[in-house]
Order: sequence, then structure tokens, then C-alpha cells
Amino acid sequence: MEKRFVYADNAATTRVSEPVLKSMLPFFTEHYGNASSIYEMGRNAQKDIELAREKVAKALNASPGEIFFTSCGSESDNWAIRGVCEKLAPKGKKHIITSVFEHHAILHTCQYMEKHGYDVTYLPINEQGFVNPEDVRNAIRDDTAIVSIMYANNEIGTIQPVKEIGAICREKKVIFHTDAVQAVGNVPIDVQEQNIDILSLSGHKIHAQKGIGAIYIRKGLSLPNLIFGGAQERNKRAGTENVPAIVGLGTAIEIAVADIPERAERVTAMRNRLIDGILKLPRTRLNGSRENRLPGNCNISIEGVEGESLLLMLDMNGICASSGSACTSGSLDPSHVLLALGLKHEVAHGSLRLSISDENTDEDIDYILEVVPKVVERLRSMSPLWEKISKEQN
Amino acid sequence: MQYSEKVLDHFSNPRNVGEIEDADGIGEVGNAKCGDIMKMYIKVDNDIITDVKFKTFGCGAAVATSSMATELIKGQPISEVLKLTNKAVVEALDGLPAVKLHCSVLAEQAIKSALSDYYTRKGIDPKPIVGDIEECEACH
Repeated sequence: MEKRFVYADNAATTRVSEPVLKSMLPFFTEHYGNASSIYEMGRNAQKDIELAREKVAKALNASPGEIFFTSCGSESDNWAIRGVCEKLAPKGKKHIITSVFEHHAILHTCQYMEKHGYDVTYLPINEQGFVNPEDVRNAIRDDTAIVSIMYANNEIGTIQPVKEIGAICREKKVIFHTDAVQAVGNVPIDVQEQNIDILSLSGHKIHAQKGIGAIYIRKGLSLPNLIFGGAQERNKRAGTENVPAIVGLGTAIEIAVADIPERAERVTAMRNRLIDGILKLPRTRLNGSRENRLPGNCNISIEGVEGESLLLMLDMNGICASSGSACTSGSLDPSHVLLALGLKHEVAHGSLRLSISDENTDEDIDYILEVVPKVVERLRSMSPLWEKISKEQN
Repeated sequence: MQYSEKVLDHFSNPRNVGEIEDADGIGEVGNAKCGDIMKMYIKVDNDIITDVKFKTFGCGAAVATSSMATELIKGQPISEVLKLTNKAVVEALDGLPAVKLHCSVLAEQAIKSALSDYYTRKGIDPKPIVGDIEECEACH
């Protein structure tokens, strides 16, 4: 078997695509003007920013005035939660509803708000990895400021019933935010039809560069300013615009939403082959539902092996993958998402997330399916747990 | 996470992996909940560790420290083995990331646990010789 390099961690980040890079390059050395400047080069930069804003808006069925550029998805998430809380504090609304398996950008912001006197309800997920909209309804109180439920989970890829949750929030007149960092470009999003008030997205998950994100804030819903200073982003977020990154995000999102169904079909077929291939190994399980799942997400628990060892061995074979979320590496605790699914600690420790994109090929999948069983067999042969586990009834 | 070349070497080519069927002492420490379990088998002859094997469920650092610990004690008299600290294992591996230091504690404990088992089998109270084997702090 010939060693090859396979990048299968697209939920962590993606490669900047050629069209995106090409669209960005002139803005470094040719059209480098400050978008706030009066002369032509500055005015042109402003025009290109607005063009990118239109592309982001179109991708979400929003209007350009509802889009603000940020530096990342986490910034958008922070702004959404803290902004809404600050805005509604004078009305005495000090309750937040979210779910147990959100990204840490949401969870840690919520924990911060708790320290500042807010009450947070963390809704559970079922064993398939979904939040129940009725749980949202039952959790809403008179003092609820915001409901924040992710569009699709970053670890297990399950796509949440966003439209239903949004409808309930609308009915109850509560602001609904969704962290759509993993979903944008992979599933069709329509903020109007899906009753979304605020949405966070990030560029580097859809083949734009790292360090650029955006937030959609529904018209009429004005959040407090995030950064004070100049008049950029309609006074909401000061700081000279990162023009190349903004232009790149515009290109990336335009490409990403252009052929969602066709790409989803291709990627889903590869992903299903990956899932079925790995599930042939004894004592493995797919984490999260196979239906209503992001096309590229494969998250499987492999009993008797530990995740980091698995990743190191895959890396030695040229495969980039993740165990749980890369954001939690360095922590000893297994993924909060897998624990929320009801997995035992020892099973959660042995999870493997492969996230593929349309840049992967069938040969990549073949290679992964050749390497993974060998690596698993090796680690299991070294594992003091495996003999006992393998004798247990499945 | 930055692992040293030595850690990666001991992880990818671990020394002394396996079991000893007629072991004189077997020690198992850690728990699956915290993500690391080490099982250490020793053969003892004339107070010398003549053979040692291990099986480990755990991260790269756990495998590497197990491997290095077995190398450090093989052929050594028990009196020397008892002096082996987790610090010595870490140094022999050219260091470990701070969050992984608990793995080296586990390796030290696994050896002590195997020695305790050895003395217990011989009808000797291991406590005055081996001392207490404290639970890994990271597991709490």
C-alpha cells in the first residue's frame, strides 16, 4: 500500500480554494487602499467589500444591510449572546436557552453570562443527536432573552430542526440565534423561511481563509456595538476592514451555495462508504444519526482504542483526522458532545471524526479504509481493555 | 500538542509490548474514564527484574511512558527500580507537554503496583517496601 496524504479534517478547517485565493490576491499588493479613504483606490475597496456583503446576504436569503463582517465564527457567537443580553438587560430579561452540545464559543460565553447573574438552560439532545423543539418551547420564560441552538453540530454533524425552533421563538417573541459555522455552504439556508434572527458563520470552513467570519442580524434588531472606533461595519464593529479576507469570503460562499445538492450527493456517497467501511470493525458505533447529518461528517467510536493514539498513528500514515473536537485537545475530558449523546467515558475517548469535503476522492476513501483497520488492530493488540471488551456481547 | 522525537519514537515503536504468561507480578493502574490504563507484567529473579512487558490503553504519551519505563527497569535490581520516579521517565523522553505529565505518574505507579503484587504473592507485606500507590490526581 502506497502512503498518501489525505486531509480528512474539513470540519476543523479547509484548504483555501484556488478561485478564492485568486480573488484575494490583488487586494494585497494592487488594490490595497483603506476602504474608508476618499480616493479611488479606497472607494474601490469599499465597493468590493459591499459586493462580498451582497454575496453573503444572497447565500442566506438576507439583505446586505443585515450582514456584518467579523474575524471569526466565535466572534459572531460572542456578539450574538452578549449583545442580545446587554440589549435586553434593561427589560429584565436575564435567561438564556441553549443546548448541551454547542460549540465552546457559545458554551463558554453562556458560562460567563451565568457569572454575571444570568440564568442559562442547557437543553439535552436525544441519542440521535437532536434538540427537541418542544423542549425549547417548554424552556421559554417571560425573562428569556435569547435562544441559541446550533444549525449543525461540529463533532457529529447532526442538523438541528432550526426552522421549527425558529417558529417557536417567533411565536413566543424571543430572539433566535443559530451558530451555522458548520452548516453554511453544506445545507441550504434561508434565514427568512427558517425564522432565524441572528446567524454566525465562518470563512475557513468553506475554503476561505482563517480569520474571517460574518454575522447576520435581522433588520430591526439592532445589537450594541461590538468594537468602538471608526465607522466601519456601520459603526457596529470598528477597525480597518480586512479587505482580502472579506473578498475571499464572498467568493467562497458564492461558490459553496451554488451547487449544494449536487455536492452533497457526491460527498454523502463517499461519507457513507467511509461509515459502512469502518463500522465493519467489531465494537464500533456511529455517533449521531445518519439521516439529517452533514454530508461530510463521519464520527465513529472504536472501543478499546484511545483517540489521540489513533490520530497519531493515522498521522504517521498521512491521514489528518480529529478525535472529538480539535478545540478540546489539551483537555483530558472526552468530548462534551459525545458524553451528551450518552456515551460512556471510555467509549467517548475512542472516537474518530473524519470530515471530508468535495476535494476528497474515492481513492482517499479507499486509503482510509485500508489504514484504519490496521491501526485499530495494532492499538487494540496493545490495549489491556480489548480482550475483555471483545468477549462481551455486542 | 508538541511531542518530542523520543516520545513519537517510543509511541510508534513501543518496546516490550505484550503480556508475560507466567509473570511474577502484575500491576494495573489508571481507569478508562480518564482515558489511560496501564498493565505491567514483571519477571523477577534474585531481586532483579529479568523481564517486563506492558499493555496500555491511552494517549501517545501514555504509550511512550510505558515503553520508556519498561526500558529503564529491565535488568535492574528492585532496589534501583523502586527509586525510579516519573520525573526520570519524563527526562528520558526529553520531556512531555504539561497536560500529559500525569501519564508519567501512571507509569511509575504501574511499576510499583506490579512490585506490590510480586511481594503479595510471596506473602510479604508490600507496603513497607513499595509504599503507598497514590491515585493519579488527574483522574479525579
